[in-house]
Amino acid sequence: MSQKIFISGCGMISSIGNNVAESLDALLKLEHGIRPVEILETKHKGKIPVGEVRSSNEALIEQLGLQWKAGHSRTTLLGTIAAREALQNSQVDLKDGLRTGLISATTVGGIDQSEDFYKEFLKDPTKGRLRHISKHDCGDSTENIAEDLGIYHFVSTISTACSSSANSIMMGARMIKHNLLDRVLVGGTDSLTRYTLNGFNALKILDSEHCKSFDQNRNGLNLGEGAAFILLESEKSIRQRKYKPICELTGYGNSNDAYHQTASSPEGKGALSAMKIALKKSQLNNNDIDYVNAHGTATFINDLSEGNALMTLFNDRIPEIGSTKAFTGHTLAAAGSIEAVLSILSLKHGFIPPNLNFSQVMEEVNILPVKKLLTNIKIKHILSNSFGFGGNCSSLIISKL
Amino acid sequence: MNIYINVLGNVSPQVTTDNADFLTEPVNKQDTSFACIDPDYKSILQKANLRRMSRLIKFGMYSAQQCLIDSKVENLDAIITGTGLGCLKDTEKFLIDIYGNDEGVLSPTKFMQSTHNTLSGQIALMLNCEQYNFTYVHRGASFESALLDGIMLIEEEANNILVGGLDELTDTYLAVTKRMKMWRRDAISQLDLFSNKQSGSIAGEGASFFMLSKEQSSTSYAKIKGLKILFKPKSIETIYGEMQALIQDAGLEMGAIDVVVLGMNGDQEQDKLYDELIERYFQDKQLTAFKHLCGEYKTASAFGLWTAAQMLGKQNIPEVLKLNKSASPILKNVLVYNCYNNSNHSLLLLQDVNA
Repeated sequence: MSQKIFISGCGMISSIGNNVAESLDALLKLEHGIRPVEILETKHKGKIPVGEVRSSNEALIEQLGLQWKAGHSRTTLLGTIAAREALQNSQVDLKDGLRTGLISATTVGGIDQSEDFYKEFLKDPTKGRLRHISKHDCGDSTENIAEDLGIYHFVSTISTACSSSANSIMMGARMIKHNLLDRVLVGGTDSLTRYTLNGFNALKILDSEHCKSFDQNRNGLNLGEGAAFILLESEKSIRQRKYKPICELTGYGNSNDAYHQTASSPEGKGALSAMKIALKKSQLNNNDIDYVNAHGTATFINDLSEGNALMTLFNDRIPEIGSTKAFTGHTLAAAGSIEAVLSILSLKHGFIPPNLNFSQVMEEVNILPVKKLLTNIKIKHILSNSFGFGGNCSSLIISKL
Repeated sequence: MNIYINVLGNVSPQVTTDNADFLTEPVNKQDTSFACIDPDYKSILQKANLRRMSRLIKFGMYSAQQCLIDSKVENLDAIITGTGLGCLKDTEKFLIDIYGNDEGVLSPTKFMQSTHNTLSGQIALMLNCEQYNFTYVHRGASFESALLDGIMLIEEEANNILVGGLDELTDTYLAVTKRMKMWRRDAISQLDLFSNKQSGSIAGEGASFFMLSKEQSSTSYAKIKGLKILFKPKSIETIYGEMQALIQDAGLEMGAIDVVVLGMNGDQEQDKLYDELIERYFQDKQLTAFKHLCGEYKTASAFGLWTAAQMLGKQNIPEVLKLNKSASPILKNVLVYNCYNNSNHSLLLLQDVNA
C-alpha cells in the first residue's frame, strides 16, 4: 500500500490552447482565453464572457479524424483530444500486458446533445433525434474515450460537481495503491452548454466581465470548457518500461463541507479538512508547499471560504497562492485535472502563473495572490484545490521527483 | 478480505423497507414500468425538507436514513453513491425552464438540485458528516464503482461506510426509451417477465443502501469477498474466467458457490448471455433473478445485492426469486452477476458471516 504514484504524461485542451504546449505558451505570454460566447448556440452569444474552445464540433471531429455520424457530444470530443495527447505524451504501450484503466469525470455529460433533443421533443414527443438523447448520461463520453484508446481493464466516471476530476485523479491513485491497476488515465471533460451557462447565470454568480479571483471587488466567475488527463503509473510499470516520469502525486484528500447544497461555509471547514488530509497523506509539512493552485473561482463566497481555510492552514507562513481561473475560466468537472496539468507545467518549468486581474486585497482575509509571472524559481511541491456543489472539497499535492 | 454488510436500506417497486421481511408478499403489478412504492416518508424524514425534494432524493434519502437508523453508526467514515442518470427529473425541469422562457430569467433551484452528487451531499448535510463523499455515474457500473470504492476505503482505514445505488423513472425518460425500443410495448405482470421472453425489458427504479463495516455486528447479513467490474469483455469465456479468478482469489472453488444471482431482464436478446452461461457453466447451481421485481435500470444491481445479502442473512431463498429448484439447504457462498446493456458487467462474491 505504500508505493509511489508517478505522473508520466499529460494532455489538455481549453480556451488557452488545444494541447499542453499551447497552454504553456499562453501561460508564459499571459494570454487568457476569456471572450464573449462565440461557438455555443445560445441567446447569450456575444454577451457573457467565457473560456471557450474556439473550434466548432465539426472542426474537433475533423481534428480527431472521427466519423460525423457517430454524433459524439462535445464533452466526448474535448475529452478524446486531451486523453489521446496524455497517452501519447507518456509514450505508453497499452499492449505490454500491464493493466490500464480510465477514470473520467464530467458534470454535463452529453447534455449539449440532450438540449438539441429537448427542443424538438418538447414540441412533439415523437420528435427529437434519439441519437442525441442517447449521449445524455455521464458514462457516454468515458466509454467513447476508452474505446477510442483501447482501454478496457477498468472504466468508470465520477461526478461530484466542480471537484469531479480531482476526485478521478484520487480514485485512480488509490486503485494503483490497491494493486487493482498498474496505470490509469485520470481526468475530466466538460463542454460549455446552455444548461450550465443558464444555470450559473440564474445563480447570479457569473461576472459580466473578466473574473478577478481573490480580489475585494470580485464579481463572480467566468465559465469555461475543456478537458485534461494525466497518466498515473505504478513503480512496477515505470520500472518495467524503464520510463522517466515527470513528477509524483504525493497527496490527496476529499472532505465534505456539510454546510449548504451549493455555498461553501465562510470559514472553509471542508476546504481546510481536504488540504489537511492531503498533507498528511503526502507526509509533508505546511512549510513544504511552495505554491497553491487555488480553486479561486472569483465568486464572493468561494474566495472568502478558501481564503479563510488557507489562512488557517498556513497561518503566518503563506506560500505563493494563485488561481488560474482567469486564464481558462471555470471548466467545472475538468477544472481539477486542467489545474493538475498546469501545476505539472509549473513544476517542470519552474514558473508560477499570475492570478490575473488582482488589484485589491479582500477585506476579510489577507490573501495576496501572485501578481506577476514568476519564472526561474524552484518549486518542489504544489497543492491544487477543487471544490464543488454538494460541499465536495478535494486537494491534490503534486511533487517533483 | 472481510467487509461486512451490516445493515440494508431499500426503497423499490417491492415492499422492502422492513428488513425483517424478505419478499414474503411479492408485488405482482401489471404495468409498462415498475415504479417505487412510496414509503411513509414523514416517519423518518423531516417534513420541512420533504417539500423541496424530488422523488429521487426522497426515496434515496429514505433508503439511506433507514440504513443509518438501523445501524446506529454514529461516526460514518464515508458516503458513496452510484447513479446512472442522477437527478433526472430536476434536470428535465430545468431544461424545460430554459426553453420555456427562451433562456430568460430562471429560478436556479432546479439547477442547484440537479447535480449528480446532490443526494450524497444532502446526506452529509443531514448528518453534518465532513468525511469522504463521492458519486459515481458510470451507466451500469455506477453502483459497482461506488461499492469498489467503499471496499477500498475499508481496506485502508475506514470502519463504517454508507454505499448506495439509486435511479429514478420519469415520464420523459420512459417516453424516450420506449422510442428506443428498450421496453415491452404492452403491460406485463411482473412475475411473468422471464416466462414470456420477448424483445424489450421493463423499466424500473429504486434506491438500495448498504452499511459496509470492518467489524461484524449483531445484524450482519453477509461478507463481501470480492468484486470485479468488466467493460465490454470479449467473450463468455472471458466472463467465466473472471468469475473463476474472483472465486479463487477468495480461496474458494466454483463448486463452493451455492447460489448464482443473475441480472437477466427479460429481453430476449440481452438474456442470451445469461442463458448461455447457465447452459455451459451453471446447470447444477441454484439460480435466482431479481429484475422481474425491480425492473431494469442502471443501478438495478444494487437491488440484486440486496436480494443476495438477505438470502445469506436469513438463510432463505424466497420462491419468487428462484429460476430453478435445486435448493442447497445451507447458503454459504453467493455469486452475483449483472450485465447492463451488453457493456457493463459486474461479478460480486458474497459469503455467509459465519463461514
